[in-house]
Amino acid sequence: MAKSALLKSSIAKKVAMALSGLFLMLFLAQHFFINMTSVFSPDTFNSISHFMGNNPLVQFVIQPILIVGVIFHFIMGFVLDFKNRSARPIAYAKNNGAANSSWASRNMIISGSVILAFLGLHFYDFWVPEMVYKYVAFNPLDETRYFHELAEKFESPLRTALYCISFVLLSLHLKHGFSSSFQSVGFNNKYSKGLKNFGLAFAFVIPFGFIFIALFHHFNH
Amino acid sequence: MKLTLKIWRQKNAQDKGAMVDYQIDGIEPDMSFLEMLDVFNEDLMSKGGEPVAFDHDCREGICGMCSLYINGEAHGPDRGVTTCQLHMRMFKDGDTITIEPFRAAAFPVVKDLVVNRSAFDRIQHAGGFISVNTSGNTIDANTIPINKQDADDAFDAATCIGCGACVATCKNSSAMLFVAAKVSQYALLPQGKIEATDRVLNMVHQMDAEGFGNCTNTGACEVECPKGISLENIARMNREYMSASMKG
Amino acid sequence: MALDSKIPNGPISDKWTDYKDHINLVNPANKRNLDVIVVGTGLAGGSAAATLAELGYNVKAFCFQDSPRRAHSIAAQGGINAAKNYQGDGDSVFRLFYDTVKGGDYRAREANVHRLAEVSTSIIDQCVAQGVPLAREYGGLLDNRSFGGALVSRTFYARGQTGQQLLLGAYSAMNRQIGRGKIKMHNRHEMLDIVIVNGKARGIIARNLITGEIERHSAHAVVIASGGYGNVFFLSTNAMGSNATAAWKIHKKGAYFANPCYTQIHPTCIPVSGDHQSKLTLMSESLRNDGRIWVPAKIEDAVAIREGKKKAIDLSEAERDYYLERRYPAFGNLVPRDVASRAAKERCDAGYGVNKTGEAVYLDFAAAIQRYGKEQAFLKGIDANDKEAVTKLGTEVVKNKYGNLFQMYYKIVDEDPYTSPMMIYPAVHYTMGGTWVDYNLMTTIPGCFSIGESNFSDHGANRLGASALMQGLADGYFVLPYTIGDYLSPDIKMGPISTDSPEFAAAEKGVKDQIEKFMNNNGTHSVDYFHRKLGKIMWDKVGMARNAQGLNEAITEISALREEFYKDVKVPGTDKGFNQELEKATRVADFLELGELFAKDALHRNESCGGHFREEYQTEDGEAKRDDVNFAYVAAWEYKGKPSDAVLHKEDLVFDTVKLVQRNYK
Repeated sequence: MAKSALLKSSIAKKVAMALSGLFLMLFLAQHFFINMTSVFSPDTFNSISHFMGNNPLVQFVIQPILIVGVIFHFIMGFVLDFKNRSARPIAYAKNNGAANSSWASRNMIISGSVILAFLGLHFYDFWVPEMVYKYVAFNPLDETRYFHELAEKFESPLRTALYCISFVLLSLHLKHGFSSSFQSVGFNNKYSKGLKNFGLAFAFVIPFGFIFIALFHHFNH
Repeated sequence: MKLTLKIWRQKNAQDKGAMVDYQIDGIEPDMSFLEMLDVFNEDLMSKGGEPVAFDHDCREGICGMCSLYINGEAHGPDRGVTTCQLHMRMFKDGDTITIEPFRAAAFPVVKDLVVNRSAFDRIQHAGGFISVNTSGNTIDANTIPINKQDADDAFDAATCIGCGACVATCKNSSAMLFVAAKVSQYALLPQGKIEATDRVLNMVHQMDAEGFGNCTNTGACEVECPKGISLENIARMNREYMSASMKG
Repeated sequence: MALDSKIPNGPISDKWTDYKDHINLVNPANKRNLDVIVVGTGLAGGSAAATLAELGYNVKAFCFQDSPRRAHSIAAQGGINAAKNYQGDGDSVFRLFYDTVKGGDYRAREANVHRLAEVSTSIIDQCVAQGVPLAREYGGLLDNRSFGGALVSRTFYARGQTGQQLLLGAYSAMNRQIGRGKIKMHNRHEMLDIVIVNGKARGIIARNLITGEIERHSAHAVVIASGGYGNVFFLSTNAMGSNATAAWKIHKKGAYFANPCYTQIHPTCIPVSGDHQSKLTLMSESLRNDGRIWVPAKIEDAVAIREGKKKAIDLSEAERDYYLERRYPAFGNLVPRDVASRAAKERCDAGYGVNKTGEAVYLDFAAAIQRYGKEQAFLKGIDANDKEAVTKLGTEVVKNKYGNLFQMYYKIVDEDPYTSPMMIYPAVHYTMGGTWVDYNLMTTIPGCFSIGESNFSDHGANRLGASALMQGLADGYFVLPYTIGDYLSPDIKMGPISTDSPEFAAAEKGVKDQIEKFMNNNGTHSVDYFHRKLGKIMWDKVGMARNAQGLNEAITEISALREEFYKDVKVPGTDKGFNQELEKATRVADFLELGELFAKDALHRNESCGGHFREEYQTEDGEAKRDDVNFAYVAAWEYKGKPSDAVLHKEDLVFDTVKLVQRNYK
């Protein structure tokens, strides 16, 4: 079989989805730990943020990979969903999906779309201003601005609410996505049960941790 | 028991088809679901109607011929059974039962509840075999000892009856469980390892060409599979496929 | 025409080898100029199609199901015999041969049976090479179990799904050839007639069951592998679609039909639950390895159980009658099927039956659970007197061995067989009779072969458990591929056979006329109405026990029913598309003829042998009484327009190797 056929194959696409998902989960975890410091120590938060925002490796190597990963994961998600829908042109009059699978697993496209919308808001809130600040306006370095920028955003109840809702959907997305990624890359053995439980904990702790951070800043400033 | 049946009626592959409502009385809990349909068809014919076409053959859960999507589930609400083993004691007097054909682009409707599953056959033609001549001049069967665990796992995969419930129930109409079962059976046995690379590549290629959707690991197939084929087989096929792609 | 069985000369153990060495072969380059039609894709048809294609012939295979994998061989549960002697318990080709001839109550051809026993070992090698996951022991080697009618463990198995696994093996071999283009597969096609040109079988007429089109297909030889005719009883363990049409159509065109009355009533099936019943489900004979069969010893208890006042587990050991162990101490619960079935019927007729209908006996695993549990307890160092732990361990062992069967039982009957005994009753399962074939497996129509259950050859008057799979695969993999070459060798320069001949046109017209008649009949009753009636006549009068009066009545009643059928059957819908009622009509039309011949054959055979039990001919203790002086022959019937006019031809059975004695399982 030619290599070009590999890229078109359903399994390769699925593995790519899984790998990008795993990568994004890793990113999410580190993002979470950094944000968590904002609750305990604004100074630590500022210094880590400053490092992440100005380290050339992070900025010019990891960040582009991350952006590509995000874009790939979303586009591929939509492409696959479109293809999967066309695999059943006539829908069932009655379908009892709840009998055999979780809502989260059947609705990754919905939770994913909400996360995408959230990313739009999040980029508008943080990433775009950050890029403008550094690479368009060429503002001077300021190691202490990050915490205030963060706290400021969570003053609005509407934004805080939107963040919270998105994180609930993120939780659902992770609930299925975590163990699903491992299944996709062929990891299914005696450790899978433990891994699945870890995945469930991950899917709970990270998003609800983010919600905690958002609410913390909303009510404390 | 008195029941309302909502059944998909479609004259032939070209017909558009629609759900039609019927009433039926005198159903006993000990009847199998297909026997209920027999009684229903007799009744329909006696009133001058045309009986509902549905696939069935062995009526003991092994041939894989019967299909039917009953109340939103492949092979109905019971677990570990095919439609022919589903009994009316699973339903209550006065229930409404929706009966539809297995739906997938790769399983076009032939008539009413009968679908064409030859896509499964074509996937098997692509590699669902071990290339050994049927001469009988093979080595003695006991020359290759096989670890019992591997033999049992291969057997578990081999129990697939090719009914298509996995496809019907998957929100993506994916055939991964079916294909993975066959790939796994051979991949686990020493006899099958020799051709493992080509087999998985060719079978997956054919699966994709037939228009089945992609697996998103909802796990619905495993739950609805009348033979309880495990998702582990899909993970195994993913591994086999990726390593075959590196070699191939 | 005199029957020539073409049995080769020489000592029995050399016949097949010697014969193979001297028959004509077709060279590989010529094989690709020869077409072979195979009708049916079960173990026999599937393995034959794959092997013939592999040898180089162009194979056209037909099945009425939507895929060859669904043929009813798939439902065979217990196992497949082979004289491997892996257990070192004294098995040999000769013993398998001997057991099969004896098990068939000395009504099979010695030479065929010996050949079957010889090739049995190759079947296992072949299947393992194909990746069939047969059961293994912890050391990695193949496991065996014992089956009825044998004193050795020679049955290979794949849990309770041996037929499925073997069929999927044959199907995979077919797939390889379909992928290579050597087999052209015609799914959802039904053969409705054979075409004979210049005295030789040269093609078939088939209906495409999806489009309704009547198609002509030609070949240099036609192989019928369409299975048995058990569905003549309406209720049987056969699949709903299993039918005798292909076999009956060739009979009507000149193939003799042999021993139709030899039908196997399998002792362990789930009893009938009501009038709606559409088919019966087998519980594998392998269950008799561990299950003990009994009925209450006192008739009051049986009545109390039937009325729901008592349960099986309420009865103490002393209140139970393990009647097989009582009557047949040597073989006990593992007596052959015909013996076990009749014994169950005898007890139930005497009033000891245990379910609502009074037609059921118990198959009890409590003792086996305790025995296995104690073994496991010993292995695991658990106290063997801890009943709960022992039961749990024993249940696990039984679950591993028969889990799928127990689950099947539970789903159908809604009772847990681990805690209360199963209820079973005999049901029609297999037909030993079928088209007459010679040693080459060719029928009396030159070029028309018949293999597997559809022929009559190897099982005599009763088939032993785990022998059907063996015969199907032996015929398909290892016998027919040789013998068909001998027949085809003169045809190598013939070229493709045209389907435009008058013979094809005439056969097609006959098929179309029959279909047209059904479609325009405008009767009042469905096909099933007649089929059920036929089944009832057959079961009541031509079933497990037969007598002359009943058989005479059956013949009259079936013939009357047939007339009524043609007058009053109603086939709705159109013949120009998918029409399951029409499919049933063409099949039942043939059953209505076959059933009559069946009864006629049973009436003429004034003896009891194997599955054929005539009440007039029994020993004092109720065992079958054979008449070797007058009936040691194969009854081959020639069609003469009506079943009642069929002409009997006799092929005398010569026993050079096995001495004829009364079968004794005591």
